[in-house]
Amino acid sequence: MCGIAGIVNFAAAEDKLPLLRRMLAQLQHRGPDAGGIFARGAAGLAHARLSIIDLSGGGQPIHNEDRSVWVTFNGEIFNYPDVREGLEARGHRFYTRTDTEVLVHLYEEEGEKMFRHLNGQFSFAIWDEQRRRMLFGRDRMGIRPLFYHASAGRIVFGSEIKALFADPSIPRRLDGQTLSDVFSCWSPIGERTAFEDIRSLPPGHFAVFDERGLVIRAFWRLRFPDAAESERLAERPFESWLEEVNDLVYDATRIRLRADVPVGAYLSGGLDSTFTTALVKRHFNNRLSTFSVAFSDQRFDESAFQREAVAALGTAHRECRCTDSDIGRIFPRVVWHAETPILRTAPAPMFLLSRLVRSADYKVVLTGEGADEIFAGYNIFKEDRVRRFWARRPDSKLRPLLVARLYPYIFGGPNSKSQSFVQGFFKRHLSRTASPVYSHLLRWENTGHLKGFLGAEINAANGGLEAFIERFTALLPPEHNEWHPLSRAQFIEIQLFLANYLLSSQGDRMAMAHSVEGRYPFLDYRVVELAARMPPRYRLNGLKEKFVLKKAAAGVVPAQIVDRPKQPYRAPIGRCFFGNPTPPYVEELLSERALRQTGCFDVPQVVRFIEKCRRQEGSLQAERENMALVGILSIQLLDHLFIRQQPVAQLESAAADDAAGRGSGVEIAVMP
Amino acid sequence: MEEIKLKVKNFVVGNFLFGNADGLDDDTSFLEAGILDSTGVMEVVAFLEQQFGVRVDDDELTPENLDSISSIGAFVSRKLQA
Repeated sequence: MCGIAGIVNFAAAEDKLPLLRRMLAQLQHRGPDAGGIFARGAAGLAHARLSIIDLSGGGQPIHNEDRSVWVTFNGEIFNYPDVREGLEARGHRFYTRTDTEVLVHLYEEEGEKMFRHLNGQFSFAIWDEQRRRMLFGRDRMGIRPLFYHASAGRIVFGSEIKALFADPSIPRRLDGQTLSDVFSCWSPIGERTAFEDIRSLPPGHFAVFDERGLVIRAFWRLRFPDAAESERLAERPFESWLEEVNDLVYDATRIRLRADVPVGAYLSGGLDSTFTTALVKRHFNNRLSTFSVAFSDQRFDESAFQREAVAALGTAHRECRCTDSDIGRIFPRVVWHAETPILRTAPAPMFLLSRLVRSADYKVVLTGEGADEIFAGYNIFKEDRVRRFWARRPDSKLRPLLVARLYPYIFGGPNSKSQSFVQGFFKRHLSRTASPVYSHLLRWENTGHLKGFLGAEINAANGGLEAFIERFTALLPPEHNEWHPLSRAQFIEIQLFLANYLLSSQGDRMAMAHSVEGRYPFLDYRVVELAARMPPRYRLNGLKEKFVLKKAAAGVVPAQIVDRPKQPYRAPIGRCFFGNPTPPYVEELLSERALRQTGCFDVPQVVRFIEKCRRQEGSLQAERENMALVGILSIQLLDHLFIRQQPVAQLESAAADDAAGRGSGVEIAVMP
Repeated sequence: MEEIKLKVKNFVVGNFLFGNADGLDDDTSFLEAGILDSTGVMEVVAFLEQQFGVRVDDDELTPENLDSISSIGAFVSRKLQA
């Protein structure tokens, strides 16, 4: 786990070392243990290392036998012992014990067909000196990041965008479409990023850059069965699916413990992380350390459940308590790491959690992330099912009652005062069941009202809900609408939310901010493919979420945790930024002058909204207004941090205790 | 009634639309137009109770009573006459 960066320039001779060094400096939080650079001919590769496997011999970039193939690699290949064995049998000689080294030899054997042999979380670049080309790859689910900027004959790439910006020739402009899209669906879509002309290599894709240019192809896609195949699969008994889930989750967890340093675990108090933690504790490591975040605001706090899990499992547990003012204080640094506009503060506590892990001398944690996407744990899947049921009898008085039951934490439960308004809200677009994005229509429309805060130019260029739907639908595979409605909804959720928000803003970027690597047993592609293949009713059974997973966990997880209603992970918003007290950077960035300077907003509208936030000291009732506040503030932070290049430490109100850079004395080995 | 409607309109424009009254007329449905969601309606109720001294009961919290400037105008007038 590390940070990678590099350059290929076919257009001109370029002294790459200075830029590679500057890029590495930007990635040091990802790999504080060592640095390495390879630069020869048209190519340069750089690597910031977090040592996890082969602590003494794993320095990168790593090369093949005759030093004609070089790799810089971020991540883990969990099945590397098997791959290595096969390569050794074919005569390849290894000079390290790392998973990295299998990549260069596998490339020699298989070229761009190499990816099907890899089970892992990775992004890497392989320079083939003889064929004068760079091969890039990113893991199937998009756990590890890879960004690039390509121009005629030249490409610059890195694990984070801040490394690309070390090159002064790369444009620094916020991407209007991304601002508009985030204000619809929470994340950038497709290959886009927050910045114009900076792209993200999509999950499950590889790219080849040579003198003819850049070609991007998929090596894996998430597929659900069509009607005919579903019928065949339906004959398989539930017990057989259950057994395979048990076997694969066990094996996915087992291979994720491969490391030469201790592996800890995040424990949220929910089913998923408790399940994998219980497996580790029972089968592999009886002295497991676990970590969790607790909130001083009771509405968000799950520490009672975490303690229950800890008591039942007997792990050595540490927790960090997160207050509203903590979130407000660290938010500039959170956005510096996330590099994208966000509508939620939920990444901030994850930033504090990784700091806790690091301070306990852990570098690697297992997490339960991904289970909700692949085993259908989210409310949006139930909402889709209930609305389709209601749409068949739109005048029913009883069917809509199911809806409010899904969102007690927003709507105050089925007996809440605003019950009939809840129904009015969920009746919107009820009859559009033929739409491929039916499951997400309401959410996008509701979020889309935030676009009223964006400037007229951005809105005119990117349109409203229907234009967004068209853009997003164009990214769906043609067979999408032949899948079961649940599968359709899950695919959209995974496509939008998993790699582009959950695994990045809330995952990789927050963990790597403190040099911590997350590992995700539920995102082992074998588990993902199994979940996608099974009959939908084993994922969402009636309105019972994660049906098969709960059955699987029942043997090892305490019953009260299996049976407890799912609580979505959320964090406080309004009170973090106003009146508690109001951090100076908030006043500065949300001033009329600063808003005008960014050039993205309908300034009078935003100014009036901020006045309301101030007047109410951040107590905002409407979800949408909470999202608006975080969205606007994060865009302002992006503008100041990345476009205007204001140092993050300058924006932090109190001197954040981790503001001091780490690892500034790291030695960089230059190769060859 | 007109006075009530004007006060409600000013509140909605100032508090939910942040000054941008484009496309809002007296019969615009708050839900249809996305001006309010079910969390926002509680702010409207608090405003009505405070501004007009009426009490809004749970079973009166319906779109029929509260989903547009006109319907609120009629609802509040009824309450004040009662």
